[in-house]
This record gives sequence, structure tokens and C-alpha cells, in this order.
Amino acid sequence: MGSRSSHAARIPDVDSLRQETGFSQASLRRLYDRFNALDRTGKGYLSRMDLQQIGALAVNPLGDRIIDSFFPDGSLRLDFPGFVRVLAHFRPVDEEDDGNRDPKEPEPLNSRMNKLRFAFQLYDLDRDGKISRHEMLQALRLMVGVQVTEEQLESIADRTVQEADEDGDGAVSFLEFAKSLEKMNIEQKMSIRILK
Amino acid sequence: MDGAELAGQILYTWLTLVLGLILLPSAFGVSLGISEIYMKILVKTLEWATLRIETGVAKQSVLKNSASVGIIQRDESPMEKGLSGLRGRDFELSDVFYFSKKGLEAIVEDEVTQRFSSEELVSWNLLTRTNVNFQYVSPRLTMVWVLGVIVRYCVLLPLRLKNFLSEVVHLTCCRICVRALSGTIHYHNRQYRPQKGGICVANHTSPIDVLILTTDGCYTMVGQVHGGLMGIIQRSMVKACPHIWFERSEMKDRHLVIRRLKEHIALKEELPILIFPEGTCINNTSVMMFKKGSFEIGGTIHPVAIKYNPRFGDAFWNSSKYNIVSYLLRVMTSWAIVCDVWYMPPMTREEGEDAVQFANRVKSAIAVQGGLTELPWDGGLKRAKVKDTFKEEQQKNYSKMIVGNGSLKSELD
Repeated sequence: MGSRSSHAARIPDVDSLRQETGFSQASLRRLYDRFNALDRTGKGYLSRMDLQQIGALAVNPLGDRIIDSFFPDGSLRLDFPGFVRVLAHFRPVDEEDDGNRDPKEPEPLNSRMNKLRFAFQLYDLDRDGKISRHEMLQALRLMVGVQVTEEQLESIADRTVQEADEDGDGAVSFLEFAKSLEKMNIEQKMSIRILK
Repeated sequence: MDGAELAGQILYTWLTLVLGLILLPSAFGVSLGISEIYMKILVKTLEWATLRIETGVAKQSVLKNSASVGIIQRDESPMEKGLSGLRGRDFELSDVFYFSKKGLEAIVEDEVTQRFSSEELVSWNLLTRTNVNFQYVSPRLTMVWVLGVIVRYCVLLPLRLKNFLSEVVHLTCCRICVRALSGTIHYHNRQYRPQKGGICVANHTSPIDVLILTTDGCYTMVGQVHGGLMGIIQRSMVKACPHIWFERSEMKDRHLVIRRLKEHIALKEELPILIFPEGTCINNTSVMMFKKGSFEIGGTIHPVAIKYNPRFGDAFWNSSKYNIVSYLLRVMTSWAIVCDVWYMPPMTREEGEDAVQFANRVKSAIAVQGGLTELPWDGGLKRAKVKDTFKEEQQKNYSKMIVGNGSLKSELD
């Protein structure tokens, strides 16, 4: 950023990205500037380290997990489309989206289900579609650090899994997860509005 | 060949004329008032241009947004409010939303990284480099812009090149440079100017800070030895006044550095030391963490706040992006450098105050005076990672919330 003005023409595949993510031209431009600003050495892609250098992210207890969600399947490079695809999950839901949507098209990235899927995969490390008690413990441990004893943490994890688990398999599947949060205003809690 | 000759003649007479009008008065410290007139014309033109943009882009809210608001809508409520869920206040599956939202907000925009890129202006100052939002509006505006380009590159730049070279030779004539940059500096509270045997502390935006401060008094500078053009400048400065330059390796040995500085101020007749405790250039919208080293030396600290007016030119030097030559080129083709310098009453370390608290106190004072925001972050974040202690703070907060209530609940069960 700084001395260059950026034009949408310079963003690769801008039209297909707009279709896919639903971001406006102006938002994409902002995000492209941001992508380039984070890419300090000008490689054209982002590595884990680039994201780890963001101060406010490094102090976030779930920081590492969030970074992982940008690098699925062990990849080491994050290009701009990948960057925007993850961020699209947090796009606020517009009322118009539901009305005009063609039911044959794939669900928009920022739908309620997709937002929930994003949150789910922050817990479900081995991607087996279930949050086991062990995975719950691990996530909790990340969020509280060393402040809480093992016993307290285990009782919290047990209680949470019990409350959400309906079929009694000792783990929380995605549908059980979604059900336990059905009253929650996901659209508002997991949305970031980009100002023009 | 007549055309070329004629052009040559014109160029020659014009150069001598302008040189005479600028160099001579500067050498004698006399002002012809041309700078002031230039400034007035500049301000009028920029205001007119802004008006044109505003009428042309009437419905857009681009201009209404203040640059400091940022690009995303933020909910700054503390962790407690952000996490309030359906039931009491135990751990919930949904707590992950709060952290992931905060995390992604940080990825889209964080306080620190944006301090290291040039400030976005609400109104365009007719320099392409600050034009991020503004598109083509009208032919007249473009013409003015074209005219501006011609003026800047053909009139201002050659003048400044010539003047810049003479600065290297006649270092003590700092006024030439300031005049060459069309610099207008307002000094406030001159009665608090740093005295001999003190330490002068200021916020850092660019190497020009040094220039601005030295036009108003001589200082001893402390810093690392640079290579290239900066190195040449540094070496020639040493001939004029005594300075303390360090090798990079020496700087790592903090005790050595502190000892040398202590020796320097112990000799009361020596010039005041000039230090920039942020350690790196910040983009002049905020003041970052002050490194405590400068505050451990003892002695009186004279804080100085420097604030540039971004309408006339962007003085921020992003050293990881631009080297010194391209930076100077940018500065010399800007309209002008306008800044305010506030001298503040001296401060000393109080009883029972450690270096870090003292540093923070001085930093707050400078931020308040200069109208800059204060950040607790380390300027070194420009280049390095953040410490783990900060993450532990967040974890502590969160634990207090869920365990505090959780244990109560289990007692009732």
C-alpha cells in the first residue's frame, strides 16, 4: 500500500471471484490491497509466517487454528483467491441474497451453514466430521492457556459434549453442533462488514 | 537550431532568476515572502480540487469516511460483552465465534500494519501516490493535475536537486534545505527548547525529522551507521558537530551504548542528545511503544512532538519498501513539507517509577500534544513477531469468565 493506486484490472480473475464470494468490486480491491500489504516480501502469495506476524492475531488464543483454516490440506502457499474465499465466510448476510438465489447454484459462502462449518472445523482437527471429547479438550486448553486445571477443563468438556450429543456416541457431529446453536444469531456474530 | 537555442536561453535565464530568488535570501536568512504566497496558492488550489471531486462524486460516501475509521466496522466491546450467550456464563460452543471473528478482523485490518503504510487522505492532494480511492472526475481536474505534474517535475525538482547538493557541502546552512523543500515549520513553545546536557526525545516519521529539529538548534545525534548515501551524509555531519554513531553490532550491547550516552551528558557543556525511542519510522498517525533504553540513562528528558500535515506531502519513510534515494525523490517532488513542532516542558523520572513507566508517561505526553493516537505495540513489529505474554493476558481474561462461573455452578449441583 502507500504509493501505488490499485485498479480492479490488476486483480486476477476478479469476475469469477465476485461471483464466488459475493464481495463487491470495491471490497475486493480493499482486500487485494490488504493481501499485498501482508505480503511484505512481495512473493505474490502468503505464507503462515506472514499471518503470524499480525500482532492482534498472534495474541488471539485461537490464532494458530485460524491460520490453519487458510492452509487446508497442508498447503504452504496462500494465494489471493484462497484468501478471499475464507474471508467470504464472514461476509454479512444481505437480505436480497436469499430472495434472488437460484436454488440450483451452490450455497453462498456466507450462508449460515457455511459459517457454522467454518466454526466447526476450528474444533474438528482431524476432519472426521465429529468433535470428540479429546478435540474439545484441546480447543479449550488453547483458549484458557495455563490458567485452568486439567480436572476443571475435563468437567467443562464433558458437560459440553453431553449437552450437545444427541445420538450418544460421545462426540459432537456437525448436525448436533448446528442444532445446539440454532437459536444463536450466527449471522451477526460471525460477520465482518467492510466499509466502502 | 533556433528553437533549441531559444529554449536553452529561456531555461538558463529562468534558472538563474529563480536560483537568485531562493538561494541568496536563504543564505542571509531573509525571507522574500514567496514561500508564504506559494503556500496560499497551494491551499486554494487543493480546496478547489476537493470541491470538484465532491460535486462530481456526490452520492458516494467515499469522502465522508475519515481515514482513521478503517475499512471494517468494528465492535469494540470487551470480551465479556462479546461472549454473552444464551444461558449463564459457562463455556459454550459458540465462544469460538468471538475469537474467530476477532482473529479474522485482525487479518483484514490491524492497528499495527496500517501504521506502516502511508496515511490515506480524505481529500486528494493531487499526488498520484495518495490516490487510492479517487477516480477520474472531470477534464478540468485532470488538467490541473497535469499542470501540477509539470510544475512539480520541471520546476520544483531541479531546484531542489541543486539545493540538495549544496546542502551536502554547506551543512550548516540548513535553512536552504528547508526552503528548498518549501518547508513551513511552526515551532511552538520555544521556551522549552532542549538545553545543554539534556536528552531530547521525539516521535519518528522520517529522516527529515532530524533536519527539522536541527534548523532550530544543534544536537548530538545517536544512531546506527548506514551505508550508501545516508552514510555519506552521516560522515559529513560528524565534521560539523560531534555525533555518536554506532555499528549495528555495538547497538546490541545495550550497556555499552548506555555507558557512552551517560558519559556524554555528564559533560554539561555538550549539546543535547537527540533520540527517537520508537526505534523506527512510523507513519505519523500514532506513537508506538517507546523503548526504555533511552529512559534509563537518567538526566532530564525534553520531549518534542512532531506532526506533519499530510495535505501537502507525505513524509513517511517506509524503509523496508523504499531506499533513501527513492524516498528523497518522493519528498522532493511533493508539494511541500508542512509540520508543527511542539517543545514540551522537561520531565524527569520520579521516585518509584521504573524506566518503562517513565517511557509510557513521556509517550502519552507526546501523543496528546501532537494529536496522535497512542499504541502499546512495539515499532519493532514492523519486522518481528509479538511476545507470548500478550496472548497469556487474553487467555487469563477468558478463563476468569468461564471458570469463575463454572465452579459456582458445580457447587450448586
